[in-house]
Amino acid sequence: MPEGTDIWAFLAASPLLWLSLTLLAFQAGLWLNRRLGGSPVLHPVLLAMGGLITVLLLTGTDYETYFEGAQFIHFLLGPATVALAIPLYDHRRQIRALLLPLLTAGVAGAGTAAISAVAVAHLLGAQPRTLASLAPKSVTSPIAMGVSEKLGGLPSLTAALVLLTGALGCLLAPLLIRLMGIRDDRVKGFALGVTAHGFGTAHAFGISATAGAFAGLGLSLAGILTAFLLPLAVPLLPGMGS
Amino acid sequence: MPGMVPALLVLLLCQLAGEVLVVALGLPFPGPVVGMMLLFLGLVFRGGVPDALRGVCDGLLRHLALLFVPAGVGLMVHFDRVLQDAWPLLTGLVVSTALALGVTLGLLNVLIRTAGRPGRDG
Repeated sequence: MPEGTDIWAFLAASPLLWLSLTLLAFQAGLWLNRRLGGSPVLHPVLLAMGGLITVLLLTGTDYETYFEGAQFIHFLLGPATVALAIPLYDHRRQIRALLLPLLTAGVAGAGTAAISAVAVAHLLGAQPRTLASLAPKSVTSPIAMGVSEKLGGLPSLTAALVLLTGALGCLLAPLLIRLMGIRDDRVKGFALGVTAHGFGTAHAFGISATAGAFAGLGLSLAGILTAFLLPLAVPLLPGMGS
Repeated sequence: MPGMVPALLVLLLCQLAGEVLVVALGLPFPGPVVGMMLLFLGLVFRGGVPDALRGVCDGLLRHLALLFVPAGVGLMVHFDRVLQDAWPLLTGLVVSTALALGVTLGLLNVLIRTAGRPGRDG
């Protein structure tokens, strides 16, 4: 009989263990989140991240070893980004009908998110690499991480900031919607998609199907705008111009 | 699932073409985003989404949250930086999210109301 530590040494080095644990942690996160009333602050992804980081720290496993297994899931971010073309195509008529208002609000919203985040963090003394990781935090992770890498940020830090932004957006949106007296579900959904990406889109589907569709549109539009415009706008951002 | 392999192939080829274009032209955009634009143009040109492609894409997008986990765990590598910049990061996140929501909600609300024809309330 091999010792327990031998079995652990074998498992800890195999991609299978960390791949399985990633799926298990996510499933546990989904279950726990439902148990706790589906609060966006305790999002399944945040719970899974917390659980996995705890396990890695307790077992003294480094991130590189973990990623050998988890990379199979991570790889799918690329194809998933390409897949965003489908909701975009599905909404092409609504986009064309409201093209100018949506583009204007999308540019203004995505721009406000990036510029104000970087400006506030810069004023409070954040380092340049932190700023580059923060700038694309409002758009969906696969796009945000790609942009962060292009800007010289840390994609994994961006991923975490994207998740926090999503949770914050879902918390703040109902307050602002009530405060500003917004009744139009298209407006509610679009704003949720632009500022809180996938989290906001899921939240918007809870308001109505129209809100959900416009959130999906906001998510795609903000993602594209940020991917194409943010790298060009870097010299204008405080603390990031070279 | 019939047509799953061609559907996956379409996604991967769009991404591949996007990555190649980005490198070849020295574009400052992520390759998969260019791949998304290519697929969108392809769908407009074809005039519809094949069922198998929709199935694969729905599957990917429905489980999008799971795909963030491996990168999110990478936060453990940056604990020092996050702790060092915790205050600027948190303040920046809260302020910018509130501002961006306010701007988007207010602006689109006004623009739709002025552009929309009467009797077309959401």
